[in-house]
Amino acid sequence: MQLDVIEEKDLKMGKANQEVFSKTMEELAATDRHIIAVTSDSRGSGKLVPFGQKYPNQIVEVGIAEQNLVGVAAGLASAGKKTFAVSPACFLTARSLEQIKNDVAYSDNPVTLVGISAGVSYGTLGTTHHSLHDYAVMRAINNLIIVAPADNFETEQAVRLAAALNKPLYMRLGKKAMPFLSESNHSFELGKGRIVREGEDMAIIATGETVYPAWKAAKSLEEKYGVNAAVISMHTIKPLDTDLLDKLATKGNPIITVEEHMVNGGLGEACASYLFQKGARNPFHIMAIPDEYTVTGSQLEIFTHYGISRKGILEKSIELLKL
Amino acid sequence: MTDKELKLKSIYLRKNLLKYIYKAKAGHTGGSLSCVDTLNVLYNRVLKIDPENFRDPDRDRYIQSKGHSVEALFVTLADRGFYPESDLETLCQYQSHYIGHPTKKINGIEQNTGALGHGLPICVGEAIAAKLDKKSHRVFTLMGDGELPEGSNWEAFLAAAHYKLDNLYAILDYNKQQITGATHEVMNTDSVREKLEAFGWSVKEVDGHNLTALEEVLNNGPFEAGKPNFIIAHTIKGKGVSFMEGVMKWHHGVPSPEQYEQAQKELDQAGVLI
Repeated sequence: MQLDVIEEKDLKMGKANQEVFSKTMEELAATDRHIIAVTSDSRGSGKLVPFGQKYPNQIVEVGIAEQNLVGVAAGLASAGKKTFAVSPACFLTARSLEQIKNDVAYSDNPVTLVGISAGVSYGTLGTTHHSLHDYAVMRAINNLIIVAPADNFETEQAVRLAAALNKPLYMRLGKKAMPFLSESNHSFELGKGRIVREGEDMAIIATGETVYPAWKAAKSLEEKYGVNAAVISMHTIKPLDTDLLDKLATKGNPIITVEEHMVNGGLGEACASYLFQKGARNPFHIMAIPDEYTVTGSQLEIFTHYGISRKGILEKSIELLKL
Repeated sequence: MTDKELKLKSIYLRKNLLKYIYKAKAGHTGGSLSCVDTLNVLYNRVLKIDPENFRDPDRDRYIQSKGHSVEALFVTLADRGFYPESDLETLCQYQSHYIGHPTKKINGIEQNTGALGHGLPICVGEAIAAKLDKKSHRVFTLMGDGELPEGSNWEAFLAAAHYKLDNLYAILDYNKQQITGATHEVMNTDSVREKLEAFGWSVKEVDGHNLTALEEVLNNGPFEAGKPNFIIAHTIKGKGVSFMEGVMKWHHGVPSPEQYEQAQKELDQAGVLI
C-alpha cells in the first residue's frame, strides 16, 4: 500500500488544529476571565499546558473522570462561565454521553465540548482510542451544534464563535498538522459549508481532516482529467448547510462525501438523507470507515486502506463520472 | 413563619403532593414523602432565592439530583410562589411542563435532572464558579441513597474535596430503600459517613423529619473550613402516612380512592396535633 505523504506545495502548511485551539483559548482568556478550560488529565494532548500556566484560575482539572468532566462543565457554564470541556473525543463522546445529552444539551448549558485527537488520530493505539461513532451519536442529540474544522483558519474561527455563541456545541479536532485549504475564502459561518475549491463538474463534500485529501484528489482530477471538482469543507455537520447541498445537487452531477467516521450516521448519511428526500438522484458515494473491525495502523495508513486518500477519492470520482 | 407554621406546612405539602400524584395517577410517592421536610426547610428557612427574580446570579442554588421525587419539589415551589398551584393540575398531562422529573421550563428549577448521579457533578461546577468569582452563595443538592452507586457521584465526591468546596452541601435523603428493596441489600452503601469522611468531606447526621434539626444543620455551614458538607438526613420512605411508611410498593405507588382518603385523614389528624 503506497502512502501519499507528499504535501501540496501550493498550500501553506499550518499547525495541528489542536494547537490553534489552545492558542486561540489563550488569546480569548487574555481579555475574558470567564473563559474556562476543563480537562481530564488531558491538558497535554489538548496543548493546554501553556494556557494552564498563564491562566491557572481558568483551568479546572477533574482527573481521569469524563462523566464528572462534563457535569462540572455544565455547572460552570450554568454559572456564566464560557466553558470548554476538553478530552479525547473517544472518551468524551462515549463515557460522558449521558452527561452530554442531559446536563449540556437538554439542560441547555452552553458548554463547548472539545473532542481532541478525534477519529483515528491515535492510530495504532487502536479502537479504544478511536472515535468513529461521535458524529452519529452527537447528531442524535437535540440542541447540539457539531463542528469539525478542517484547517487552522476554520479552527480559530470556530473557537472564537463557540466562545461567543452561548450554545451547546461539540467541536472535533485532530492532531495532525493541516495546511490552509483556501487562501481566497475567508468566510466562516457556523451552519454554512466553506467552498475551498471551486468546481462545476462534481462536488466532494468533506469534513475535518479529510478535507485535505479531498482537495488533493480534486487537484489531481483537474490535472489528469480536466475535471473541475468543487471541494466543500462541511465543517458544521449539524445544522447541515442544506442550501449548499441544493446548489451542489442542481445539475445532477456526482457527489462524494468524505469523513473520518464510520459510515453509519455520519456526514455522508446526513447528506444522503437530505438529498434523497428532496428528490435528488445524483450519483452519490459515501467515503468513510466501514462497519468492521478497523484495520490497524497510523491515521494515514487507515485513511489509505479505506480510500480516504488522493488515490481513493480520485478513483471513486472517475467511477461516478464514468470516465 | 413560626416553627409551628413550618410544621403545618410540611403536613400541607404532604397532602398536596399526594393530591397531585392521585390526580395524575403517577408519581414517586414514597421518596417524595421522605424528602419533603428537607425541601420545606430549604425553601422556607435556608435558600436565599426570590421567585420574582429566580435567575439572580447571587442566588443560592438547589439542584435535585433525585429528580424522580419531583412531586415534593413541585408543591414546595408552588407554595413558595414560583408559579400558581393551579399549574399542577396539568401534572403528567400532554404538553405540560410538569412531568415526572424537573425541567428548567418551570420557574424555580435549576437543571433538568432525572438520570441519577448527575446533580452532584453539576453542583461541583457551580461551586467552583462561585469560588472563582468570590461569591458567597451556597450550592445544595439532594441525593437519594439508591443513586449512591452511580460512579459519577464518586468522581464528584473526589473533585469537591480536591477543590475544597465548603460552599457545597450534599444532602442524602437516607430512606434506605429503593425500587428493588432495601438499599443495603441491592448494593451495600453502608458506612456512608466513613466513606464520605475518607473522601475528605465533613459529615453531619440529622433526623430528616425534624425541621428544627434540619434548619440548624443546613444554616450552620461550612461544618469545617475547606471541606464540602455532607448531610445524612435519616428519613422514612412514605413518611406521614401509616400504611406507606417503609413499604416498598409505595416507591411509585398511586393510592386508590380509599387509600387516598385515608392518607388525607391521617395527615389532617397529624396537623391537629401540632
